[in-house]
Amino acid sequence: MATYTVGQIPYAGALTRSKVLQNARCYSVSHLSVQERIEQKRKAALTGGGQLRIAAQHKRGKLTARERLELLLDPDSFVEYDMFVEHRCSDFGMEADHNKYPGDSVVTGQGRINGRLVYVFSQDFTVFGGSLSGAHAQKICKIMDQAMMVGAPVIGLNDSGGARIQEGVESLAGYADIFLRNVMASGVVPQISLIMGPCAGGAVYSPALTDFTFMVKDTSYLFITGPDVVKSVTNEDVTQEELGGAKTHTTVSGVAHRAFENDIDALLNLRNFFNFLPLSNKDPAPVTECHDPRDRLVPGLDTIVPFESTKAYDMLDIVHGVLDEREFFEIMPNYAKNIVVGFARMNGRTVGIVGNQPKVASGCLDINSSVKGARFVRFCDAFNIPIITFVDVPGFLPGTAQEYGGIIRHGAKLLYAFAEATVPKITVITRKAYGGAYDVMSSKHLRGDVNYAWPSAEVAVMGAKGAVQIIFRGKENQAEAEAEYVEKFANPFPAAVRGFVDDIIQPSTTRKRICRDLEVLASKKQTNPWKKHANIPL
Amino acid sequence: MQLLSVSLYDRIQMRSWTFDKILIANRGEIACRVIKTCKKMGIKTVAVHSDVDSSAVHVKMADEAVCVGPAPTNKSYLNMDAIMNAIKQTGAQAVHPGYGFLSENKEFAKRLAAEGVSFIGPDTHAIQAMGDKIESKLIAKAAKVNTIPGYDGVVKDAEEAVKIAGEIGYPVMIKASAGGGGKGMRIAWNDEETREGFRFSSQEAASSFGDDRLLIEKFIDNPRHIEIQVLADKHGNALWLNERECSIQRRNQKVVEEAPSTFLDPDTRRAMGEQAVSLAKAVKYSSAGTVEFLVDSKKNFYFLEMNTRLQVEHPITECITGLDLVQQMIRIAMGYKLQHKQSDIPINGWAIESRVYAEDPYKSFGLPSIGRLSQYQEPLDLHNVRVDSGIEEGSDISIYYDPMISKLVTYGKTREEALKKMEEALDNYVIRGVTHNIPLLREIIVHPRFVSGDISTKFLPEVYPDGFKGHMLTAGERRELLATAAALYVAAQLRSQKFLGDLRVSVVPAESRQWELCVELDKGLHMLGVSRSGNNYTVEIDGEKVEVSGEWNLASALLPLTINGKHRTLQCLLRTAAGEITLQYLGTSFKLRVLSKLAASLSKHMPEKVPEDTSSILRSPMPGSVVAVSVKPGDNVAEGQEICVIEAMKMQNSMTAAKAAKVKSVHCKAGDTVGEGDLLVELE
Repeated sequence: MATYTVGQIPYAGALTRSKVLQNARCYSVSHLSVQERIEQKRKAALTGGGQLRIAAQHKRGKLTARERLELLLDPDSFVEYDMFVEHRCSDFGMEADHNKYPGDSVVTGQGRINGRLVYVFSQDFTVFGGSLSGAHAQKICKIMDQAMMVGAPVIGLNDSGGARIQEGVESLAGYADIFLRNVMASGVVPQISLIMGPCAGGAVYSPALTDFTFMVKDTSYLFITGPDVVKSVTNEDVTQEELGGAKTHTTVSGVAHRAFENDIDALLNLRNFFNFLPLSNKDPAPVTECHDPRDRLVPGLDTIVPFESTKAYDMLDIVHGVLDEREFFEIMPNYAKNIVVGFARMNGRTVGIVGNQPKVASGCLDINSSVKGARFVRFCDAFNIPIITFVDVPGFLPGTAQEYGGIIRHGAKLLYAFAEATVPKITVITRKAYGGAYDVMSSKHLRGDVNYAWPSAEVAVMGAKGAVQIIFRGKENQAEAEAEYVEKFANPFPAAVRGFVDDIIQPSTTRKRICRDLEVLASKKQTNPWKKHANIPL
Repeated sequence: MQLLSVSLYDRIQMRSWTFDKILIANRGEIACRVIKTCKKMGIKTVAVHSDVDSSAVHVKMADEAVCVGPAPTNKSYLNMDAIMNAIKQTGAQAVHPGYGFLSENKEFAKRLAAEGVSFIGPDTHAIQAMGDKIESKLIAKAAKVNTIPGYDGVVKDAEEAVKIAGEIGYPVMIKASAGGGGKGMRIAWNDEETREGFRFSSQEAASSFGDDRLLIEKFIDNPRHIEIQVLADKHGNALWLNERECSIQRRNQKVVEEAPSTFLDPDTRRAMGEQAVSLAKAVKYSSAGTVEFLVDSKKNFYFLEMNTRLQVEHPITECITGLDLVQQMIRIAMGYKLQHKQSDIPINGWAIESRVYAEDPYKSFGLPSIGRLSQYQEPLDLHNVRVDSGIEEGSDISIYYDPMISKLVTYGKTREEALKKMEEALDNYVIRGVTHNIPLLREIIVHPRFVSGDISTKFLPEVYPDGFKGHMLTAGERRELLATAAALYVAAQLRSQKFLGDLRVSVVPAESRQWELCVELDKGLHMLGVSRSGNNYTVEIDGEKVEVSGEWNLASALLPLTINGKHRTLQCLLRTAAGEITLQYLGTSFKLRVLSKLAASLSKHMPEKVPEDTSSILRSPMPGSVVAVSVKPGDNVAEGQEICVIEAMKMQNSMTAAKAAKVKSVHCKAGDTVGEGDLLVELE
């Protein structure tokens, strides 16, 4: 293990030292040659697959593994591990010296992001296309093991052609070793994958097991099998981009949580994102210096909910208004847009935001939005991040597509996630909270700590029209009955008189109230019954 | 909204009889403005509003509010039946019409009179007489008011037009008698153009107003637009309250006004004032009114028209005279005599008004934009600043109404002082969520021609012949801007390393007092060295040092700074994790990108991306049914304007234009069922 400054080639300190050593050559030949070999190996490790391959990497619009780490981590903070590790394959000519690269096809170690500890690995596409050898996997496993012992997040920068085919089962074993650690680390330390090149075949399951998968637009791909295999098996013509590009995974499949413009953009955003996360499940949600007054009123919220309950508005307007500095790191902004999830701060403290989005599909819950919400809620709960839920939900989306797709099973995930969560849970009903969806959305009944209703809230089994058609089926005076139903239920009182909401608040005071509650709830302790693990309806 | 207490010495006479309740038949800032004075006078107020305005500021300010119909103005604010009902329902004794809408509608004034409700404005006779271009000119001439040389009657045919034009002398203007807004209006420089102009104008007048009567008058080239405020009571007394200079216009709409005018000498002012008063007396005018004049470079002035209502720009007259015009209008409507004599009317100091609009000044000096005011903060903590507005944070600027955000008025002992204050006020005005015209306003008030008073109604096209392009940075300003962006970047970086509370694993912040940064502005790259001591940053750019210091409150919309010893207020409109920083500096917003030296050196490897232009294509974002299509091919739409409405899950979703453009084709109609991603409308 050695402290090294990334990217400084040649390493100035090392050169001077080797000069001194050269002068001493006549005294101890063997010692000198070791020193020289150390310097040589280090130099080789720092250049990876060589200048030609580096140039090719740049030409693809991609940075090298080391350049990426340099951008991701604080200056001079990277501590590299296993620079001397080489692959151990002796078949197909791999044993030849020119086929050995010190450090092999991955750079690993630990460093700091804004001063906070993080373990990292960065796959080096210039060495055997970043393919995963036994040694490569072993290096990743080493830092993951240590990250779990220390309690610090793991960030993987993926850029790999896949398994090292020459190594056969050794490579497969390597993947499995990583998968196992991904699973063991899950819920212990945050794990983030940033896909910065190809990631195909079995390799995709490591990012899939981590908490967040981000992609770089146009230069990264994730798929089980590439377009050629797809063509031969299913006779489909599809491009790499269509099959597994950033757009596909952030809008259609929901595999990736966000995509960024290019390597630099992605790494700078990742630094920003890292600041929201605690180091491990033993740490509280981080609190940073906040310039936004915690008791700031948000006058715009008093008029945001339209009078007609069928008219849409943008839930993000509410979310932005309430948060510190309007800063919201949205997760999956282009997938299942009828629910909004993401990270933000309230009075400097990280919070998770969940909100129905009336602007898209009326903010209903469907299969995709339930799964999106559920996974986010579980992450927050695992890592001590309080959850703030904004509710305006007309119900679950009806229809055969949803029923056949298993909305019952998938909707249950969100219900399950909110119910099992023991972190502080604050809920604000802005307008509709109808039917089963009301129960699901972090209701009082699922151990919501503080549940608020705005004056525009309507907590009911369903909308007035539908309710009246059932209650007064076949009767005349439907309009009158509807008015009566509206009078009775289309307001926050039925829930408030029963204590299902703790207070009816002026919308403009929402930020102030939440900041105050978060302070009180910071010491919340709640445990679920002992179990080996729960059985979420997957 | 805040009234300038310093300049309003109009005292309320509490003992006198007054109306109990006034209904304001208007919306927005003017409704709020009238309500303010009513409150001051102890009069109860009734607001009327359309359904989309039900939580508008004027509704909240009024004691009572009545909904008079749906959003379109012809169904609400112009809906006389509904407004008459509102009057009956609330028992209002008088109506203040504001400006626009029903303010110069004689029919409305008649109906009020029939119901015994006072109209706070002139009587129907004056409205009618001044509303017709030919009639008003005849009356003006009779009252010995200078009128534009021209033919007093209706022109019969093209040949007569040529004959008259020859008598008046070219250039001439041919315009519709019933006209307005530039429709049916042509300028001719010779006989041929006169014949042609006559033909076009009569066609346009017939189709626009159903009245093809035309008149001809001398065309005043390069004139100023200066108007006189008059105040007259029902007892034959009238006063002139000095002039307002309103020459800065775009498409015949005023942008910046001031009072007094730099151009008038006391004699001309008096001559104009006296003629305005004599016209008011000639039509037995009562209430506040405005006589508009065109003034040529030799200070010849010609009557243009009389507006029989409160003008938008009335606040600047209030500032320099100290009179509350709304209060005077109410008193006059109650039948009181004027309180003041002509000799009581002062010109105290100087007042400037900027009309702040939700529009994009980079397109034809202003194309409307709409949206929600996500953040909104008026510069009211500054002294001698008055803001008349009818909106607040969270308000929607919709397509249904005038896109004016507010009237920003500054006042000073001298013009220079008022202009300096205007700079400061514009810099401190926070408007987010809609595109606004502050960049243009901020440029106009510092332009050497404006500052020296060398203006005419052609000011904007003359100064910006290729359109408005925003503030052009000098080398020194450029350095200030780059330095500010760099300092802001470092301040944000430093804060992101500050974690509070007990930490299990210690934070090891990168120790640095020096930063090497690369800042990109307008595709130019600048290497900067930044060093910091406390809140003071020293930024070195091309061998020159810029000192920037401030509080660096990263949550505040305003960024008050001291740059090289000068006080400047900038605004940070955007700051992203990837180093993008958008700053509003000297009114214009500039996009910058700040990167570490390392990131900048690696940027060259990043692939060039051609942004996909999706703004011309509107696709359905969800499956649903089309409820309404609001456009047809060939229509011009504003950015954010509704194009169609899709209903999904019994919810109506408004699809809007991503840019201002002409509609190329429409691929859906009301009643259609559409799937997600279906093409709805294409724009050009």
